[in-house]
Amino acid sequence: MKNQNILDKVKPKFFKEHQESIYQALEDKHTTIESIEDEDPLNTKMVLNMGPQHPATHGVLRLILQLNGEVIEKTKVDIGYLHRGVEKIAENKTYQEFMPYTDRMDYLSPYSNNVALCTAVEKIANVEVPERAHYIRMIGCELARISSHLLWLGTMVMDAGAISFFIWTFREREKLYDIFDNLGGHRFTISHSRIGGVANDMTDDCIAMIKEFVNTFPQELKDWHGLLDRNRIFIDRNENVGVLHTEDALEYGAAGPSLRASGYAYDIRKIEPYARYDEVEFEVPTRLEGDNLARYYVRMEEMHESIRIIRQCLDKLPKGPVRTDNAKQAYPSKDEVYYSMEGMIHDFMMTDTGICPPEGAECYHAVEGPKGELGYYIKSDGTGHPWRMKIKTGSFANLQILENVLDGEMVADTVVIIGGLDPVMGEADK
Amino acid sequence: MALELSEKHQEVIDKLSEAFPDSFIEAYQSSGDTFVRVEADAIVDICSFLKKECHFSYLGDVFGADNFTSKQRFEVVYNMVSLKDQIRLFVKVHLEESNPVIQSVTGVWKSANWPEREVYDMFGIQFTGHPDMRRIFMPQDFDYYPMRKEFPLLGIPGSIELPNTTPDTE
Repeated sequence: MKNQNILDKVKPKFFKEHQESIYQALEDKHTTIESIEDEDPLNTKMVLNMGPQHPATHGVLRLILQLNGEVIEKTKVDIGYLHRGVEKIAENKTYQEFMPYTDRMDYLSPYSNNVALCTAVEKIANVEVPERAHYIRMIGCELARISSHLLWLGTMVMDAGAISFFIWTFREREKLYDIFDNLGGHRFTISHSRIGGVANDMTDDCIAMIKEFVNTFPQELKDWHGLLDRNRIFIDRNENVGVLHTEDALEYGAAGPSLRASGYAYDIRKIEPYARYDEVEFEVPTRLEGDNLARYYVRMEEMHESIRIIRQCLDKLPKGPVRTDNAKQAYPSKDEVYYSMEGMIHDFMMTDTGICPPEGAECYHAVEGPKGELGYYIKSDGTGHPWRMKIKTGSFANLQILENVLDGEMVADTVVIIGGLDPVMGEADK
Repeated sequence: MALELSEKHQEVIDKLSEAFPDSFIEAYQSSGDTFVRVEADAIVDICSFLKKECHFSYLGDVFGADNFTSKQRFEVVYNMVSLKDQIRLFVKVHLEESNPVIQSVTGVWKSANWPEREVYDMFGIQFTGHPDMRRIFMPQDFDYYPMRKEFPLLGIPGSIELPNTTPDTE
């Protein structure tokens, strides 16, 4: 059998250099394509392109798999199909103007993204946030975590073969959407956080809806546990699949539940507590196996913990303002804008110039998003626009592991492993 | 300005300045975060020292910044976390405008692989010794570096080839 260069076989018509360099990268990982005529008449060695628009790739993710029969020998991940240059846009917008863009990054949990940006700006510009706003933000973040994990659960179980599950998790997400609708006025891209607090207070209706949800949701979770935990097909498809060993997890930079399923209790809420996470009690679920099943258990337990956090927040929810009353730092309320001249001027100033952190200041602030560490690095030049904003996201880190975890797995398990890592391409591509 | 470092940060900075007296430039704080600026040519040694001696086993991110008018135009920042001491440290290097090159730290942490590719893709900073120095978001055929300050917000017309929409006549 004679060895052949992989580039002899591909004749890309579009983005020539790009395609060639990707295939060359497969070569660099010591793979070879051997000619099929002589000893491999069944053509078991092949390069398989999966995506970018494959239903199981959770967005536009392209995988280039070097297969030997059904076993994946090498993987290359090609992202960039969704790249919108969000960081570049951030440099040309005021901090508050950039808020709706964060919703569209991890679009499954917009609330956490809003809070992440706000807390970073508040840190660099020294803005005090009222107590009540902190608790509202925590409730929003935990609801967003549940919402994101529910979508992961539905799609991951669907990737493993069960379709109806998807509908049930979406029924629960629908309730969350209703809550967000009541809370911030939007169902999907909420943008409810404001620098210095939140846009508006929770209504009694909203609190009642949240209470209703935290009372009914644990039973749903229990039912799902009952369905999946001893399900032969589910276990067989997930146990020992996509194993990320404990010693590799840190090395490859895994984030969020994927890191915790490999044995590290790394949770920003515990290590660098933001909002009022140091005043509520919760556990950081951890597993040692590092396989897909471990990631399933970690996320399921995280939803339990989220419910626990929300309950404590509702108990502790203090009375008071929801936004700082310093008009140089935050938007005035709409009442002030409509009925007072100062309010209107401040509103105009906030929209036009926005908040200006001190010149030369730098800061990094991360929150624990559903996908992992979600951090904003801001460098200010003293104007209302960030000089540089770098967003560190969990999905980007987890997709990088995917490139390493897939090697040696079966091609049929690819979709389950992608589902288990729960990447969102909007967040990875930014 | 006197630094208000935590005990653990102080310990790390003392160790680092002792071990690398020539390469250590300064330590400073901004908004409560601790930054260390070092010489670019010693980055691999410093990173392996930080990983082995100071327990910074988790590299969160590597990112670049563009100072544009400054002589030291580019910055590369390493964001690392010590899970043992539960502290975060930023190591920063400055690079010149013409031919910005720095050694890759993929040998120290494997997680540096993609973030370094991102810095290369967005700023054109080359990493020597990187196992797979391709662009990550933009196509390989793209000639510009989008996060540089001189790159226009609306892009450069015609810089990306679009697929041919006329059907093949063969």
